[in-house]
Amino acid sequence: MTAVHDEVLSFDEAMEKYDPALGFEVHVELNTRTKMFSSAPNGFGDTPNTNITPVDLGLPGVLPVVNRVAVESSIKIGLALGCKIAERSHFARKNYFYPDTPKNFQTSQYDEPIAYDGAIDIELADGTVFTVEIERAHMEEDAGKLTHMGGATGRIQGAEFSLVDYNRAGVPLVEIVTKPILGAGRRAPELAKAYVAAIREIVKNLGVSDARMERGNVRCDANVSLMPKGSTTLGTRTETKNVNSLRSVEHAVTYEIQRHAAVLDSGAAIVQETRHWHEDTRSTTAGRPKSDADDYRYFPEPDLVPVVTNDAWIEKLRSELPEPPAERRKRLQADWGYSDAEFRDVVNAGVMSSVEDTVAAGVSPAVARKWWMGEISRRAKIADLEPAELGVTPELIVELNALIESGKINDKLSREVLDGVLAGEGTPAEVVEARGLAVVSDDGPLLEAIDGALAAQPDVAEKIRGGKVQAVGAIVGGVMKATRGQADAGRVRELILQRLGVEG
Amino acid sequence: MAEINREDVAHLARLAHIDMSSEELDRMAGELAVIVDSIKSVSEVAGDDVPATSHPIPLSNVYRDDVVGETLSNEEALAGAPDNADGRFRVPAILDGE
Amino acid sequence: MSEIIRLSAAALAQKLQSREVSAVDATQAHLDRIAAVDGSINAFLHVNTEEALLVAAEVDKARADGDTLHPLAGVPIAVKDLIVTKGQPTTAGSKILEGWHSPYDATVIRRLREARMPILGKTNLDEFAMGSSTEHSAYGPTRNPWDLDRIPGGSGGGSAAAVAAFEAPLALGTDTGGSIRQPGAVTGTVGVKPTYGGVSRYGAIAMASSLDQIGPVSRTVLDSALLHEVIGGHDPHDSTSLTDPVGALVEAARRGEVKGLRVGVIKELSGEGYQTGVLNRFAESLELLRGAGAEIVEVSCPNFKYALGAYYLIMPSEASSNLAKYDGVRFGLRVVPEGAPTIERVMGATRAAGFGDEVKRRIILGTYALSAGYYDAYYGSAQKVRTLIQRDFNAAFTQADVLISPTAPTTAFRLGEKLDDPLAMYLNDVATIPANMAGIPGLSLPNGLADEDNLPVGIQLLAPARQDARLYRVGAVLESLLEDKWGGPLLAQAPEIAGVK
Ligand SMILES: [Mg+2]
Ligand SMILES: [Zn+2]
Repeated sequence: MTAVHDEVLSFDEAMEKYDPALGFEVHVELNTRTKMFSSAPNGFGDTPNTNITPVDLGLPGVLPVVNRVAVESSIKIGLALGCKIAERSHFARKNYFYPDTPKNFQTSQYDEPIAYDGAIDIELADGTVFTVEIERAHMEEDAGKLTHMGGATGRIQGAEFSLVDYNRAGVPLVEIVTKPILGAGRRAPELAKAYVAAIREIVKNLGVSDARMERGNVRCDANVSLMPKGSTTLGTRTETKNVNSLRSVEHAVTYEIQRHAAVLDSGAAIVQETRHWHEDTRSTTAGRPKSDADDYRYFPEPDLVPVVTNDAWIEKLRSELPEPPAERRKRLQADWGYSDAEFRDVVNAGVMSSVEDTVAAGVSPAVARKWWMGEISRRAKIADLEPAELGVTPELIVELNALIESGKINDKLSREVLDGVLAGEGTPAEVVEARGLAVVSDDGPLLEAIDGALAAQPDVAEKIRGGKVQAVGAIVGGVMKATRGQADAGRVRELILQRLGVEG
Repeated sequence: MAEINREDVAHLARLAHIDMSSEELDRMAGELAVIVDSIKSVSEVAGDDVPATSHPIPLSNVYRDDVVGETLSNEEALAGAPDNADGRFRVPAILDGE
Repeated sequence: MSEIIRLSAAALAQKLQSREVSAVDATQAHLDRIAAVDGSINAFLHVNTEEALLVAAEVDKARADGDTLHPLAGVPIAVKDLIVTKGQPTTAGSKILEGWHSPYDATVIRRLREARMPILGKTNLDEFAMGSSTEHSAYGPTRNPWDLDRIPGGSGGGSAAAVAAFEAPLALGTDTGGSIRQPGAVTGTVGVKPTYGGVSRYGAIAMASSLDQIGPVSRTVLDSALLHEVIGGHDPHDSTSLTDPVGALVEAARRGEVKGLRVGVIKELSGEGYQTGVLNRFAESLELLRGAGAEIVEVSCPNFKYALGAYYLIMPSEASSNLAKYDGVRFGLRVVPEGAPTIERVMGATRAAGFGDEVKRRIILGTYALSAGYYDAYYGSAQKVRTLIQRDFNAAFTQADVLISPTAPTTAFRLGEKLDDPLAMYLNDVATIPANMAGIPGLSLPNGLADEDNLPVGIQLLAPARQDARLYRVGAVLESLLEDKWGGPLLAQAPEIAGVK
């Protein structure tokens, strides 16, 4: 099979001629203990076909029973998305045959979703805010997992047979569907990424989902269509399925915009179809066109009864909602007095909560930022971990900072202390003691080192005497080297200037 | 209302995943036409003011606590399967080989 | 014929409790009867000899030890093969489930086991309960004990015939449009469809979820009440299960009373299309009730004329979805066509080979009724008719405490007679379907033999939802009035089963 490469237009050219419209269907897996309709553990990834009951296999005679926590989590998601919560909502059967779907219908919601008509503000990196309207959020169940065997790459194409694990079948999902998003223009790809990131953040913040995209907890189908500039009629859309990382969402939207533009430019029409995203080639290929098979024959699920909400229930759930992420960010930035750029860096580095905890533990916002954006982020990058995963606690930072402020150690030594603590050598104070890291404060040996350094760089000494005080750094460096970093750099500078008779 | 013909039945049989021979389609179309004809008056009985009843006894808010219950073992799960491999249900290829 | 097998369940329970009869002897007597006559009747698809005797022996031991036992402990029972049972095959009367063993018990089966009732085996039915004659079983038809050339009704013909032929004192049936009551009528037995949600559906293989209900099959009204109390009550595994207590059904059957009771004759469910003998027996029964102090009133349910049509949209729609799971992937039959077929082709071939004609007809009809562009006209309209039928019942129940009609328009017809005419077959359920559409309870009891063919006729009582006790109260009175008149139970008049001496 030869790969067919679609024509694409450059993004700039596409944007000159067309306005994109976006739409998203994001599936969020809830982190309930049990499945949507059965008491099987919600644990995908365990030994295949063990987290199942007769209900999850769709055995003859079984009946579903709704998980209360899943309903409440769905309502919370609806509230967090600014949705109305339906007074009465109902499950429906979506009928289609596929071997990962045990009953050959998916129990979902159709004309009566639990939440509808919401909106969330999406902030882009430069602070621009787009409002994305939410059409609906509905409850449904996940399908099992197919593994394609006998083919070249484990892909469905060319596979000889497939194996089905139903552990994931019946895991509770909330599907969040946007209204068409217009007006993003060339920022559409960026908005796409930011939208999915926002959904992920919201459900994680609510505690209703583990929200790990790499584990499929949050899965995105991205709809793209183009309208010629000036037109207000939506074009034919394609739905790119399962774009499951933030980067891919951005790339997939970019690619589809470019591909649509090329098709429309050539005078052809866009085929309404699903598209498959390929991370390796950063492109999409055609999936299933809309067809007869899309007649899902929805009808109200007779085995389940309606979900009827009331104010008391909804208000109770609303009172359990955590502060919305956007509001929380605003509050923290104001509290900490960071500039927009500083705050954005903290957010992008994923250390906002860590900074918050560290400030709460008793250091200034500036110190907390210095640690999390500096040494800890640096180490995280090397270890290929999230900064929060390194095991640095707010209390540790408070202790390190106290040692620095008391002059016991300096910044440079504090990194060694951190090494020791992380290596399990004890508290910072114990590490300082055991490793002999205290700052040298007896001026005698220091002066000896300073004289050595000045003698080694007479030209620099001369410059300083001549008033070029900033050159002192080179001498300080020499002293620090000679004392293996154990001197207090501030004190060294003072003594050098004294020695040379210059005012600091 | 549309009458049901052979092509309709062929389409429905595809949707329902039931292979049907040519003779079966003909016979089924004939039988269904008679049945549909006898019940089509149903569509003219009730107006927009009549609500639909999907459940004979109106209940609401029936839930289960989020507590893990008994599960099937892998052996029990696969015991009735026509084919299995590696602890999973084995099914023929999903896409055509060609 | 052994005396044990002719006892009612209530009488047998008495003899077991007094240890006049052992549970093993009672169970063995029925197993012997099955061995003797079931070759002619074909009521059983599976006979559960070993386990039934084991349970019976346990009961006898427990009783000897002085343990407190359920009143029905040791009373054997047959189970319609639409209800899943651990340790026995469950086929739903279909090739597609041939040889399948459920890894779990239906809730009603768990309750039978808790009461320690030996399960004699699984009874025959129309495939997936789709039919009114048990001729649509993939395992051959069941024959009516009154006349082996005739149908035993359906879909629960196996359970009704087993009870009528004294192969079991009790049986479980399921009733979606009359599958307990109509077989009861044509075999001279009692059958009850409880209020929807009154008995858990968990483990009953679904045909039409919003209509299906498990219920008792027996030879007396009291026996049905006894069994109903065992299987009824709330089940957290069924979201449509009522939380109401089962109610004092046995007491209602024991203290039958109709004095001052308003009995409403449903105008639309008699007359044209009903066999003369059926109408004659119906009129006589009304006279008996009147004589016992009941007030007979006529009620009209004008929308019932649409009930059959609406039923034949709702039932196949739900069935088409409920039966999608039979695809050769997780359980049951798999048929692999020639070549290297895809799963889609395997599913198509499996379902083509595994389902019989009537099942296919209903799946296609249901797929049609739900499909894009037809939903509102068909399924949606049928759901509205359902509302109208409920309204008719509500109005009728302001005029009457119970409603009454013949159970079925005719007596048992001959095997094969209506097999090629689905519409004629569907008409058998015209009087029983409205109760399923509205979710209300219904009871059928034998009320004589038709003059023209000497075959059993049934009469149906209907009560408002959750008022199942009323059926037993009235049914028991009518039953005793009729038996007084006959000088014994109707089944005493049944002929010896041919081919068995
Ligand atoms: Mg979707
Ligand atoms: Zn979905």
